[in-house]
Amino acid sequence: MSQFAINLLFVGASFALYIGIAIWARAGSTSEFYAAGRGVHPVTNGMATAADWMSAASFISMAGLIAFTGYDNSSFLMGWTGGYVLLALLLAPYLRKFGKFTVSEFIGDRFYSPTARIVAVVCLIVASTTYVIGQMTGVGVAFGRFLEVSNTAGLLIGACVVFAYAVFGGMKGVTYTQVAQYCVLITAYTIPAVFISLQLTGTPIPALGLFGDHVASGEPLLAKLDAVVTDLGFKEYTAHHADTLNMVLFTLSLMIGTAGLPHVIMRFFTVPKVSDARWSAGWTLVFIALLYLTAPAVGAMARLNISELMWPNGGISGEAVTTEQIANDPEYDWMATWQKTGLLDWEDKNGDGKIQFYNDKNEDLQAMAAEKGWEGNELTKFNRDILVLANPEIANLPSWVIGLVAAGGLAAALSTAAGLLLAISSAVSHDLIKGAINPNISEKGELLSARIAMAVAIAVATWLGLNPPGFAAQTVALAFGLAAASIFPALMMGIFSTKINNTGAVAGMLAGLVVTLIYIFLHKGWLFIPGTNSFTDADPLLGTIKSTSFGAIGAAVNFAVAYIVAGMTKETPAEIKALVESVRVPRGAGAAQDH
Amino acid sequence: MSDNSSNDAYWKANVRIILISLVIWALVSFGFGILLRPMLAGISVGGSDLGFWFAQQGSILVFLALIFNYAWQMNKLDIAHGVDEE
Repeated sequence: MSQFAINLLFVGASFALYIGIAIWARAGSTSEFYAAGRGVHPVTNGMATAADWMSAASFISMAGLIAFTGYDNSSFLMGWTGGYVLLALLLAPYLRKFGKFTVSEFIGDRFYSPTARIVAVVCLIVASTTYVIGQMTGVGVAFGRFLEVSNTAGLLIGACVVFAYAVFGGMKGVTYTQVAQYCVLITAYTIPAVFISLQLTGTPIPALGLFGDHVASGEPLLAKLDAVVTDLGFKEYTAHHADTLNMVLFTLSLMIGTAGLPHVIMRFFTVPKVSDARWSAGWTLVFIALLYLTAPAVGAMARLNISELMWPNGGISGEAVTTEQIANDPEYDWMATWQKTGLLDWEDKNGDGKIQFYNDKNEDLQAMAAEKGWEGNELTKFNRDILVLANPEIANLPSWVIGLVAAGGLAAALSTAAGLLLAISSAVSHDLIKGAINPNISEKGELLSARIAMAVAIAVATWLGLNPPGFAAQTVALAFGLAAASIFPALMMGIFSTKINNTGAVAGMLAGLVVTLIYIFLHKGWLFIPGTNSFTDADPLLGTIKSTSFGAIGAAVNFAVAYIVAGMTKETPAEIKALVESVRVPRGAGAAQDH
Repeated sequence: MSDNSSNDAYWKANVRIILISLVIWALVSFGFGILLRPMLAGISVGGSDLGFWFAQQGSILVFLALIFNYAWQMNKLDIAHGVDEE
């Protein structure tokens, strides 16, 4: 069977499964559409939340982010998991107790302010829409690479599948497809990692292999990797090079942002009880950790593999790989495959028939290059996303593993896209249509408007995926910044302080939002228009604090402004204090279910 | 709602567990993983040091323990204060 047929088989089978679930799990009420009838088992919800959260970025990009930077990018590992501690301890149980359908609804009720609700809805829609663009482009790319269809056709197929289960099934359909998608993506991620760990370290558990010994040299894997990359003129893999303050703030921003992402929070509305919400957050992190403990191992091992493939004869002091080898040796077939995608390229600049891969900005290496007649690094392009996608080919794994990785990448992108689209559509139908425009809408009418909102959201996301704005890559910082600076502090203060009143909350959210937006725009350009930025992240406005690390400061501004303004304005009414008291104790969550 | 003093005690106990958990949360990630890493440099773990291990794996494992411990302790506390779900 050809590789194409195998990929088609794997992707086709996984899609058939998702459609099957869509037919089985149709939503009949708004409670089913928004919260899967609140009957989801905590472990099931944990799995669905893991798929909801782990996007194309986690599946495809994260190992590469770590591989090419080493220790300094540990921020992603700690930040994207540490947020679940905040979510589990500070938000999820209480919001489940509150027992409504959207994050913005809690903000509106707790701060007895339609304005607060609208601010929250706007943040939610902007954050979720910017986030969904990346998922949709990811679907197109994965299709284009693995199924040899155009990006456009791939994106449209993906959109139709999401349409099938999200429009008809709502949260109920999305939950059970996400469970299936989690199983597909974790299998697809783990199997190649196990093979590579066995090849390099002899242990089948990649997370242990990372701290184990490299079989070929007998040295510890990380020591070997440090030696290999420094030989090539790159920074030591395990050492700390980044600015410490920025690293701390970046990690904290990712944590707070993760805890404040509405599409993740709303998944905890689907479990039956408050105690289930607590357990479910733990299970979510178990399922996320299975991938996150493997990712740094995949990154380190792939980096070592590639360095050794480029210098197969005794490292940089030996001979580089020849262009003839790349063309004819089956071990190098993946290079030609990925060159076609434009993500990988090489050029024999000095015409010696060999491809020298090294850091040509390193002075020691420049001296060595001058001596040996090299004219710069000849592996001219190496997109970090290739690491996970091409890993099975680089490590010479059987072709069914490649088909599995194709299905896994698509599962990661589709599951996150569906969760985001659900957050957007429920904000539109529940917060805007029922909450503001037509409060007397019938249950049936609301369900219909939720479905229409979902269909429109899918159409808009598809259009944005086909015509991604030039700033698409920058917008993830925006999504996290908004979630960290506006949504998380409002939710936390709403639960933990009775002092914060309507004016304080709105002022805090707006202040956090505005300073964060200004800081991001100052560095990335106003509305991301190139050339309109006054600063760059290489030389930021405030010391060493990059715009991607500003979310934590935005959150601090939100907290401070809310406290000061609340102290100067009218006290929170007694009935709202009673609401906060009731959110704090689990008893009575069952009753809230049927409001 | 009938017994406000018990609810207050319940909430205080909850906040205490949260604070202890968050101290550990910050210690393993920002502490051992980043700021205190130089102090742990002497303790080697498989080709690198303990700080590197905490940054790449250890903190995630501690986070897991923290969340499950919180769920377990709170479910006990709910029952002790009679605010558990029927």
